[in-house]
Amino acid sequence: MESNVNATPILSKKELLWKNIKKSKHYYVLMAPYAILFLTFTIVPVIMSLGISFSYFNLLEPPRFIGLDNYIKLFLEDDVFIIALRNTLILAVVTGPVSYLMAFVFAWLINELGPKLRSFLTLVFYAPSISGNAFLMWLLIFSGDVHGYANAFLIRYGFIDNPLQWLKDPDYMLLVIIIVQLWLSLGVSFLAFIAGLQSVDRTLYEAGAVDGIKNRWQELWFITLPSMKPQLMFGAVMQITTSLAIAAVSMQLVGFPSVQYAGHTIVTHLIDFGTVRYDLGYASAIATVLFLIMISTNLIVRQVLRKVGN
Amino acid sequence: MKFLTKTRRLNRSLGGDIFLFSILLIFGFFSAYPLIMTASNAFKPLDELFLFPPRLLPRNLTLENFRDLSELIGNSWVPFSRYFFNTILITSIGTIGHVIIASMAAFPLAKYKFPGRAIFFTLVVYSLMFAPQVTATPNYIIISGIGLIDTPSAIILPAIASSLGLYLMKQFMSQIPDELIESAKIDGASEYRIFFQIVMPLVKPAWLTLIILLFQRLWTTDGGNFIFSEELKPVSYALRQIAQGTIERAGTIAAVAFIMMIVPVTFFILSQSKVVETFSHSGMK
Repeated sequence: MESNVNATPILSKKELLWKNIKKSKHYYVLMAPYAILFLTFTIVPVIMSLGISFSYFNLLEPPRFIGLDNYIKLFLEDDVFIIALRNTLILAVVTGPVSYLMAFVFAWLINELGPKLRSFLTLVFYAPSISGNAFLMWLLIFSGDVHGYANAFLIRYGFIDNPLQWLKDPDYMLLVIIIVQLWLSLGVSFLAFIAGLQSVDRTLYEAGAVDGIKNRWQELWFITLPSMKPQLMFGAVMQITTSLAIAAVSMQLVGFPSVQYAGHTIVTHLIDFGTVRYDLGYASAIATVLFLIMISTNLIVRQVLRKVGN
Repeated sequence: MKFLTKTRRLNRSLGGDIFLFSILLIFGFFSAYPLIMTASNAFKPLDELFLFPPRLLPRNLTLENFRDLSELIGNSWVPFSRYFFNTILITSIGTIGHVIIASMAAFPLAKYKFPGRAIFFTLVVYSLMFAPQVTATPNYIIISGIGLIDTPSAIILPAIASSLGLYLMKQFMSQIPDELIESAKIDGASEYRIFFQIVMPLVKPAWLTLIILLFQRLWTTDGGNFIFSEELKPVSYALRQIAQGTIERAGTIAAVAFIMMIVPVTFFILSQSKVVETFSHSGMK
C-alpha cells in the first residue's frame, strides 16, 4: 500500500508480520482482558498440570521431580483408578451417544410442531439441565426404602418383593447414574439442534420432494442431516466432553466414595486426590490422562462425523 | 403462510406422526416429572410427601416447608441475607463481566484478520473439548498464588474466561454484514466505537445466551474449595447445609431445590427465542 522510495522494495517476512501486528493493535487491546484470563485459567493450567504430574507435590513442600512414578502407580498399582476408568468409559459409551441421539431426535420431533407447543416442549426438555440441584429429586425416586417412588411402584405392581437399594447396591449404581445423567443431558447441544433445524432452507424440502423423496426418513437423511452438519459437530463436542466428566451426579446420589467404588469415575478420583488428600502430583497425572482421553475422543469423533455424508 | 405449512406436511404419514409424538409425550413426561415433583413437594405437608402413588399436585397446599426453611435460616450464624448478597454479587459481576469481556474478544476474532487470530481461536475450540475439572488442581495453585483464595474473585475471574461464551459470541458476530462495519469506518468511527455502538446492540440475543449459560453456573456455585469464610459463602452452600440430612427434611430440601431451580428456569422462559436464535450460529466445521 505505502510507497516509500527509501525503504527496501520488498519487506521481509518478519517486518511484514510486525507491520501487521502494529496495524492490528486495537484488536489486541480488545482481546487482552479475555486473553489474559483465558491463558491464566485454561491454557497455563493445562501445561502446569502436565508438569506437576511428573512430581510429588503436596502444596506445603516444593514439588519434587519423580519422573513417571505417578503414571506407573496410576496404571499398575491403583486398583481404584482402574475401576474409575472402567466406570467412566461405561458411562461415556452409554450416555454420550444416547444423549446425542436424544437431543437430536427430540429437537427433530419438536421442530414439526407449531411455535407455541415447540417453545413449551423445548422448555420441558431443556429445563432439567439448568435446574441447579433439582436432580436431587432422584434421591427420593430411588430411595432405598419402600417410600422411594421407584421401589413403591415396582412393589405395588409385583415386580419385586423387597425394596432395592438403588443407591447402595453396586449392581444398580451405574444404572441410576446413567438415568439421571441422561435426564440432565439435553443442554446446549439440544438448543443448537433446535436452532439448526429451524434454519434449514425450506425450499430444499420442496426440491427434494420433486426429486423423489418419499418419506420423512429419507428427508431426514438426505436433506436435514447434511444441512445441519456444523451444529451436529458442535453438539458432539459438548456431549462427549460432558459424558466423560460425570462426577456431581455420582457424588450426590451414590455417595463419595460410593460403596465398593461402584460409582467412582476419573473425575471423582481426581477430586479425591486433588482436594481431599492434597496429593497434587498424582491428581495432575489423573487430570492429564483425562485430558488426553477427552481430546483424543473428540478429535476421533470429529474425523468420523466429517466423513458422514461426504 | 398456508403454503409453508403445506410443504412442511409433505412426506408425513399419520401413522408415523402418531408413533413419533407418543415418543415425545412419554419422554416429555420423563423429563418434566422430577421437576414437577420438586415444585409440588415444596408445597406439600410432610405426610403427603410419602404417599404412593405420589400426587402430582398437593392435596393440602401448604407453605410449611418454606416456613421451616425460614426458621432454619433464622437460626443460622451468619445472617441469611449475607449469603444472598454474596451469590448476587458473584452472579452479577461474573455474568456482566463475561458478556462484556468475551464480546470484546469475539469482535476482532469474528470480523478481522490479524496475526495470532487463527491460533487463538483454535485454542478456544480445543478448550471446549475438555471439562474444567481437568484444570482444577493447577487452577487452585494459580488462584492461591495470585492471592485470590477466600475472595469472590476466585469464582468470578475463571468464570469470566469461560470459552463456550466466547465461542458462541464469535460465531454469532460472524453473521454481521461487513458493509455495516466498513461504512462506520468510512464515517471515521474508531474500532472501539464500532464495537460498543454498532456491534454490541446487534448481538443482544447472544448476550442473553451468555448470561443464561454463566448465570446457572454461578447461581448454583457453593464456593468450592475457594471460599472458606462463612460470611463470604454463597447461598447455595447455605441452603445445602440446611437441606443436608435425612428423609425427614425432604420437604425443606424440596423447598430449597424449588428456589434454586425457579430463577434460572424463569430466566430461560423469558429469553428462550433469543437464546435459540443464538444457537443457530453455533456450528463448527
